[in-house]
Amino acid sequence: MVENRPFRTFMAYLTLIVGVVVVAFPVYLAIMASTFDTATIINGNMPLTPGDQAPENYTRALFYGGKLAREPVSMMMVNSMIMALGIAFGKILISILSAYAVVYFKFPFRKTAFWVIFITLMLPVEVRIYPTYKIVADLGLLDTYTGLIMPLIASATGTLLFRQFFMTVPDELLEASKIDGAGPFRFFKDTLLPLSITTIAALFVIQFIYGWNQYLWPLLITTQSSMQTIVIGIKKMITTTDALTEWQIAMTTAVLAMVPPVLVVIFMQRLFVKGLVETEK
Amino acid sequence: MAGVTLETVRKIYAGNVEAVKGVSLGIEDGSFCVLVGPSGCGKSTLLRMIAGLETISGGAIKIGDRVVNEVEPADRDIAMVFQNYALYPHMSVYDNMAYGLKNRKTPKDEIEKRVKEAARILAIEPFLDRKPRALSGGQRQRVAMGRAIVRKPQVFLFDEPLSNLDAKLRVQMRVEIKRLQKALGVTSIYVTHDQVEAMTLSDKLVVMSGGQIEQVGTPGEVYRRPETRFVATFIGSPPMNILPGIVEGPGRVSVGGQSIAVTDMKDGLAPGAAIEVGLRPEDVQAGTTGASSLTMDVDFVEELGATQLFHGKVAGADFVVQASTGQIAADTRKLTLAVDPANVHLFDPQTTKRLGRA
Ligand SMILES: Nc1ncnc2c1ncn2[C@@H]1O[C@H](COP(=O)(O)OP(=O)(O)O)[C@@H](O)[C@H]1O
Ligand SMILES: [Mg+2]
Repeated sequence: MVENRPFRTFMAYLTLIVGVVVVAFPVYLAIMASTFDTATIINGNMPLTPGDQAPENYTRALFYGGKLAREPVSMMMVNSMIMALGIAFGKILISILSAYAVVYFKFPFRKTAFWVIFITLMLPVEVRIYPTYKIVADLGLLDTYTGLIMPLIASATGTLLFRQFFMTVPDELLEASKIDGAGPFRFFKDTLLPLSITTIAALFVIQFIYGWNQYLWPLLITTQSSMQTIVIGIKKMITTTDALTEWQIAMTTAVLAMVPPVLVVIFMQRLFVKGLVETEK
Repeated sequence: MAGVTLETVRKIYAGNVEAVKGVSLGIEDGSFCVLVGPSGCGKSTLLRMIAGLETISGGAIKIGDRVVNEVEPADRDIAMVFQNYALYPHMSVYDNMAYGLKNRKTPKDEIEKRVKEAARILAIEPFLDRKPRALSGGQRQRVAMGRAIVRKPQVFLFDEPLSNLDAKLRVQMRVEIKRLQKALGVTSIYVTHDQVEAMTLSDKLVVMSGGQIEQVGTPGEVYRRPETRFVATFIGSPPMNILPGIVEGPGRVSVGGQSIAVTDMKDGLAPGAAIEVGLRPEDVQAGTTGASSLTMDVDFVEELGATQLFHGKVAGADFVVQASTGQIAADTRKLTLAVDPANVHLFDPQTTKRLGRA
């Protein structure tokens, strides 16, 4: 009804705002906490306005680390970055190639191959963790980037995503390429890849964040502190005895851990939109 | 440049679907050959076999003197224009046209020269930097043709290239394709289901049905002397009327008790045998009587502007007559039709083949 409209709009916005506040408040709190010293946070009366300890906290966290986890956060971030990028690029590469094979090459048991990939990889790392750990350990890949990245690369999601996209590309494009003298590799490089940019960007965002947030797998296969990732680092900084926990450093690290995924989303969003505007089937 | 020869070419798809059933055809160098037939008759399949996009199940395809059965599409020296244009969406118009040449390691300045020239011929010079999505349907069609032209191939292949355009543009592009083909003199094979397109474009018209060739000839020959009832009713618009008749004697048949003289009639047909009598709507003179004539009950009239179509029944069968507007009053209920013996086509009711002089 017309006369109800303003009220309903108001309610809709109110709901949204409440939602945003509920989600954003803890993040805000973490950011604020990273600008005070331990004492202020521990006594339970931390102000909601920024304090003056930010430079001190961030320098310490980045370059020296906390009392409990003594590695500098900058090093953990490098480790996390290598792992997340490795996983994201690896997944994109593997899944785009396997989707290309499944869609464009006619080999025996092609459908079976696709479903086998699909079913086995639907199982997340957590489910197949023991055999995977055993293999990685036997290959001597504990405490290496390869061991950290490889088991997480295989991706049914990515394969499925690219397969669905490739199936929407008109067959005539392939045929026109054939007549234009482009072999399978050229068709992939000159036509399919440029058309897939948006799909790649989307997958990159999802997989980077997936890789960045990995907890269980790095916890299992890294023992040396020099291989520690930031997600593990945060966990290590927080102990059960409240007094020993340097909350300001933990919060600072948490804030730092949020930065790269946020940057990826912001940067990729641009590419995303650009891709959407520029390509069209 | 080269002609194309098909020798009992067959295509059997998976599941034992025989889409092309032994087609033999010679297409002369530099001629414009149109394959026409209803949807599903196998014309695209045949064209795609010539292009190398489908494997050949039997027979041989020659381009010039070379058998190309096992040759890759890129090495057959052909260019193809697709129904939905199949332009590379992420490449500019220039790159779309240049791509095939680049892959063939053509020197850069030669590529530029050829693309510029093709763009000039097709009047798409202002769009060379645009992406296909920023072009209208007609412009995309031109780019698709440009992509074929720059390659300077032996043979052009077209698969219903105009069916995505609106009616007016279709007529315009049809004329342009014809003009271009004459100017370049490249052997062209063109697939369409539209008999008007087929008639206007072709030097050589090939009518297909059910995976086989029904008739080959110039458009004039096919129109004037259709070899089967299928061709008779497929070529020409509105389609030829078919009436049930009976053989009276040499050069005479009767339709619903009305006797008609026929020029082109096979000798030795048994009197009293059933026969099918074909008359084109434009070939009978309405409102007059001649050497032989028929009477028609008119049901309704269709106005086409310059002409009118009278729909009704002759000897119990549906019949259409075309007449110049104003020649006959629109409220006429009974028409006399004068039939020129030279315009009567006879077909065997069983085999549907023409029963004319050899
Ligand atoms: N890839 C295919 N697999 C199986 N049957 C096909 C395939 N392509 C076409 N056909 C069949 O072959 C016949 C001819 O098809 P097509 O050459 O496309 O006809 P047209 O172009 O004359 O409309 C049709 O009956 C069609 O169903
Ligand atoms: Mg077709």
